Amino acid sequence: MKHEREQMSIVIVGHVDHGKSTVIGRLLADTGSLPKGKLEQVQQHCARNAKPFEYAFLLDALKDEQAQGITIDTARCFFKTEKRNYIIIDAPGHIEFLKNMITGAARAEAALLVIDAKEGIQENSRRHGFMLSLLGIDQVVVLVNKMDLVGYERRVFEEVVNEYRDFLSQINVEPLAFVPISAREGANLASRSEEMPWYGGPCVLEIIDGLKKEKNREEQPFRLPVQDIYKFTEANDDRRIVAGTVETGKVKAGDAVIFLPSMKRAVVQTIEGFNEPTKTEVGAGYAAGVTLSPQIYIKPGEIMCRAGEPLPVVGTAFRAHLFWLGRHPMVAGKKYKLKLATQRATVYLKQIERVLDAAELTVDAQKDRIERHDVADCILQTVKPIAYDLSRDIAATGRFVIVDNYEIAGGGIITGSITDTDYIRAHVSEREVAWEKSNILPEQRASRFGQRPKFIVITGSADTLQGNVAKALEEKLFRDGHYVYYLSIANLLHGLFDAESTRDGDEREENIRRLGELARIFTDAGMIFITDISRLDAYEIDILKALNQPNEILVIDLDEYARSGDAAGGGSEMLLKRIEKLLYQQDILWDYSI
Amino acid sequence: MNQLEKLESQSIYILREAYREFKHLCMLWSIGKDSTVLLWLARKAFFGHVPFPLVHIDTSFKIPEMITYRDRLAREWNLKMIVGANRQAIEAKETFPDGRVDRIACCRSLKAEALKRTLSGEWPRLRYNHQTQQYEPDPYQEAYTGVIVGVRADEEGSRSKERYFSPRDRENEWDVGDQPPELWNQFKTDFAPGTHIRIHPLLDWTELNIWEYIQKENIPVTSLYFDRGDGKRYRSLGCYPCTKPVESTARNVAEIIEELKSGKFANIAERSGREQDREDGGTLETLRRDGYM
Repeated sequence: MKHEREQMSIVIVGHVDHGKSTVIGRLLADTGSLPKGKLEQVQQHCARNAKPFEYAFLLDALKDEQAQGITIDTARCFFKTEKRNYIIIDAPGHIEFLKNMITGAARAEAALLVIDAKEGIQENSRRHGFMLSLLGIDQVVVLVNKMDLVGYERRVFEEVVNEYRDFLSQINVEPLAFVPISAREGANLASRSEEMPWYGGPCVLEIIDGLKKEKNREEQPFRLPVQDIYKFTEANDDRRIVAGTVETGKVKAGDAVIFLPSMKRAVVQTIEGFNEPTKTEVGAGYAAGVTLSPQIYIKPGEIMCRAGEPLPVVGTAFRAHLFWLGRHPMVAGKKYKLKLATQRATVYLKQIERVLDAAELTVDAQKDRIERHDVADCILQTVKPIAYDLSRDIAATGRFVIVDNYEIAGGGIITGSITDTDYIRAHVSEREVAWEKSNILPEQRASRFGQRPKFIVITGSADTLQGNVAKALEEKLFRDGHYVYYLSIANLLHGLFDAESTRDGDEREENIRRLGELARIFTDAGMIFITDISRLDAYEIDILKALNQPNEILVIDLDEYARSGDAAGGGSEMLLKRIEKLLYQQDILWDYSI
Repeated sequence: MNQLEKLESQSIYILREAYREFKHLCMLWSIGKDSTVLLWLARKAFFGHVPFPLVHIDTSFKIPEMITYRDRLAREWNLKMIVGANRQAIEAKETFPDGRVDRIACCRSLKAEALKRTLSGEWPRLRYNHQTQQYEPDPYQEAYTGVIVGVRADEEGSRSKERYFSPRDRENEWDVGDQPPELWNQFKTDFAPGTHIRIHPLLDWTELNIWEYIQKENIPVTSLYFDRGDGKRYRSLGCYPCTKPVESTARNVAEIIEELKSGKFANIAERSGREQDREDGGTLETLRRDGYM
């Protein structure tokens, strides 16, 4: 393809009415980037409504926004210089629209922060500066606007610069430059102004053209958060493709990879694509797909990494720097949904270390909740282990958002890992202390039934085989005179638990927890309790085992059985016999029962 | 990575997120260049397959070549093709071309209303049967909760404020003032019963990007976009009574790209051939709130 122009996105932030829209309108006009129709449209609109034309109106494309006179949402516009094309993201300055400001800023590679020279530094001048640093934007240019209103006086400019530089240094932000401008008059925007001979620095456009593109992420360790596993069978396609976007690093066909948090390993067999020449390598930024050998079962959300490179942390707790946007404050004990790269997990606010007022930088160490627009240092706890990096090591897998009641209500960056505190085990020991014991001892039940209780889980990767084997096992043991009960996950969802209560958590995780708790009850009653769950991983087996304590669990993996060679010639009848024999060997079933 | 590769990668990420998160997912296909690029991106995202249905709203006033082209690609790419329409209004001739209502009311009825009722499953959907090569009533009546749409931020004012994942309430309405935050490729994928999400994978693309991508990938587009000898071509496709061709002698994709870059269209808005935009005060906001694409 022909010579291609570079593109860069820049967000413009600052307090309400400090002149962001005028800066953009002026940049568009002065670089000749306005589509013809647009200017006429806005001028006609002004004429119809009998108001003087202003550059800011160019951006106010929406009717209700014009009525309010403030930017409510981020809008994108385009302009070009000789060097490259720019997308300018106009972020609203009003506190109420902080979530829109964050949406706009999170997409940008650099930021222009506008401060009104006359009005000086305001609450959102500080808040936005802080949010930029949290969002990881390190190229910040401060524009001191409306210099025409203060007679282009050097002293006013320097006062703003000194005060704001002090503030930024407290949050470790070092701006690239401070520029005195008047957007309305076009001073120091596209060209240097004669009104301010005391300013020797470059104009805004020159600074913008000097901004640097993002660093090369291919040098970092390989991270591919798995979005999905595809098996489209149409047109006899038999590929099983692990799909996701490479965040950092690169991977080649033949590389040994490891998936976290499951710790499963495989080798990359092929790099897949459509309508492109076959690739043997794929690197940071690309939406990729790979096939694996052997075909292991992994879930969406896991992070694919390269063996031999530094791996993410796997754990259930981490320290974070978090900002909150939700209508309801974030509180301890409430269940939230965490989204980190492609992982989804149930998360709790474990501990608040301090809450910061992002505008004033005042610290509250006593607060027990994180309110809207607060920033907090806190510890978050997930129910099951997740994989993550520290934000300073790898940004893409070191940041997250929190969902509360369907909405993204907060976000943050991970600042530290915390040694795993075992959530489930703590729960089980509490439960066992609280358990109201029956007058009948487990030994009495065992001798009555001629068996010891056992929780049997049939797993595997087939669709219906596990259920069929589980039911056949129940039938066989029943016919042989044992006390046995089969329960399917499906039976839990209509009655004992309603489907509603799982809606905002991880459904599978919740169902496994329920089965584990039920197993504890059935085995306490002396039964052999059988269920089937497809594709159990080691962690889930651990959960079931812990929840079923103090009783025993037996997990039968039909995939392993099929691979073992014992399956040859026997069919499922043979399998059932082997299970029953095993139960005798383990002293679960007793020979002398009559 | 060049700019087109970045755009492609981001769009694929969004499509895969949508497919992962929404059980009742569909993609709107207007037959135009944008939604055809979107369809192509879906084939890229899913390695040659398109795992969700494509929905087309037929106003009965579409340029006939558009329908022929739609059914040809449906066959060749083995698409799950769904067609919906406001049959009542069309049969009663309550339309602008029939002289009974104005342009905005016609768009609202034949497009916005038809779309709303087709997505919700209230009105019958027709599905392309690949065996008989006919459209037949679709037994599937579920409401779609995720709807993939090919709008671009550079098209006009209101679209520049869209999110990648944008919620719509029960009445299909868009609350511009209260949109969810969207950061670090985390989108709104959780939604209350009765609401649905519009998904916009092409938001960051420009008209020029679209044509450059069509050229790079060699994507088939309808010949209506090219001058076929009379010095006219369509720049944007719609219903024939309300969409005018522009004066242009661009005969192929390369010439269109040249025209957009340096030629006569470099500074003229793409939808300037659409009459309904003008009647809506220069923005599509009124129609957009009603669910117009």
